Amino acid sequence: MILSRYLFIGILLLFAVGFAIAPLILVRLVAPARRGSFKQQTYECGVVTTGETWVRFRIQYYLFALLFIVFDIETVFLYPWAASYLNLGWFALIEMVVFLALLAVGLAYAWARGALRWL
Amino acid sequence: MVTDPVLALWASLTLEPIPWLPWIAWLLIGFAAAFPGIVAYMVWAERKIAARFQDRIGPNRVGPLGLLQPIADAIKLITKEDVVPQAADRIVHVLAPVLLLISALLTLAVIPFGYGRLVDRTDPATDAVIGWLTGLAPVELPSGLLYLIAVSSLASLGVFLAGWSSRNKYALLGAMRSVAQLVSYEVPQVLSTIPAVLFAGTLSLVGIFNAQDQLGWFIASPPGLVAFTILMIASIAEVNRAPFDLPEAESEIIAGYHTEYSSMRFGLFFLAEYMSMLAVSCLATTLYLGGGSLPFFSLRGLLSDTLASQLLVNALAVGVFAAKVFFLIFVMFWVRATLPRMRVDRLMSFAWKFLVPLSIVNLVIAAVWFEIVVRPTNHATWGLIDLTWWGAVVLTGLLEILAIWILNALLRLDRAATDPRLIPPRLLVPTSAPWAQTTLRA
Repeated sequence: MILSRYLFIGILLLFAVGFAIAPLILVRLVAPARRGSFKQQTYECGVVTTGETWVRFRIQYYLFALLFIVFDIETVFLYPWAASYLNLGWFALIEMVVFLALLAVGLAYAWARGALRWL
Repeated sequence: MVTDPVLALWASLTLEPIPWLPWIAWLLIGFAAAFPGIVAYMVWAERKIAARFQDRIGPNRVGPLGLLQPIADAIKLITKEDVVPQAADRIVHVLAPVLLLISALLTLAVIPFGYGRLVDRTDPATDAVIGWLTGLAPVELPSGLLYLIAVSSLASLGVFLAGWSSRNKYALLGAMRSVAQLVSYEVPQVLSTIPAVLFAGTLSLVGIFNAQDQLGWFIASPPGLVAFTILMIASIAEVNRAPFDLPEAESEIIAGYHTEYSSMRFGLFFLAEYMSMLAVSCLATTLYLGGGSLPFFSLRGLLSDTLASQLLVNALAVGVFAAKVFFLIFVMFWVRATLPRMRVDRLMSFAWKFLVPLSIVNLVIAAVWFEIVVRPTNHATWGLIDLTWWGAVVLTGLLEILAIWILNALLRLDRAATDPRLIPPRLLVPTSAPWAQTTLRA
């Protein structure tokens, strides 16, 4: 019964794709298309680009991504806790404080080791 | 009894009658007309308001007060040539802005804009008629907030695909910065929605709105106020607005991830940015500002079975909702006109060393508020203002101030110790440019 509501999300998804593609098709029909070798160059303020663009990332981004995953999963755990807190009481509060404290210690460790430092 | 599993699934799907008419109305009036229209005039309003802040007049040539400016801009974007660089990944290049716009539009699907209407529905088991209230949301999902967070986090994917597929160094730099920023600010944004879930006891946005309508707005408590503030700051960062607009810092990296976008493809980025501004304002209004409800007085009492009362109450509620949303959008314009852009290391440290710990502490304080006020009195905020209520305000308020003070002191100490300006510049140059190693080898 609830499932049928997700049908609207599907319809809206199709609508959104159409909504985004339609102006692009309109541009195809209306706008001029005069290609030129200079026009199709990568834009770098008039200088010809050198070297490879698609290179490896710095490790910095990876560290932040790891932290993000940890905290994102944490929130997934926190949502059901918050939604049913009314029926749980003090025990759940203490349990969640312990859970949050463990994560906070992890964050403090990352901070102390310099993982949160942006260079 | 249906035994065929396909038929059983179909039966479970159609147990609730599918409201085709309201859905079509939502698509045609809301998603095809109202939201794009609001977004178009948000652009106009921002240009006018920013002009006033800077002692200029702003657009005033196209139509009275420049009111036709958005239409003129749209025509201009459509008649411009669509230039795609030769080196770009063509499919991903077109996919990226489409993905961003989809994410912004899908976010609006679960927002309750008003009280909704009473529906007569028969219970399939007993054939008894049960009246139940649906919120004035396009679709009322039991886990609406979770859906909203999931859909809105698609945006960082779109931004990164745009920067990567352009095969432009500035675009890639902007995209990498942007993903780091979006990912960092998503954590406090999501954590600061949890107090609202805690007070309302449900993940459904309609449920959260109903709870505030009856129990008081969630912002009227110290943990609610702090959560709302964190949510707004993180939301401004999530939509890449000043002072968090580093991904498109034009003085450093041209236009960031959309450097290589022209014509309507650029227009889609523009549309998506303003659409997500609208979406995050709607979210903040729904979670903490009581949606379309008035303070101290519930319009629900005026709601009856007659169509006239339902139309009147919902029109009022939508008006109140829109006023709150437009105020939040105005605050975003105001912030943009006031604050300079942040430095990238401060941007990251502010998210991880201040907002994340504060929202974790705030969550615990919200639970304390729940135990002192919500559980005994069955009112979330201002339902029963007595000595206990004031005591709770003072206690949680002091705890919040203490937490903010300690975290601020820590952040200041940390900034003094790790300021990148203290590092010799020779060290900074090769490591800060991601491709520098490759170029040196070549």
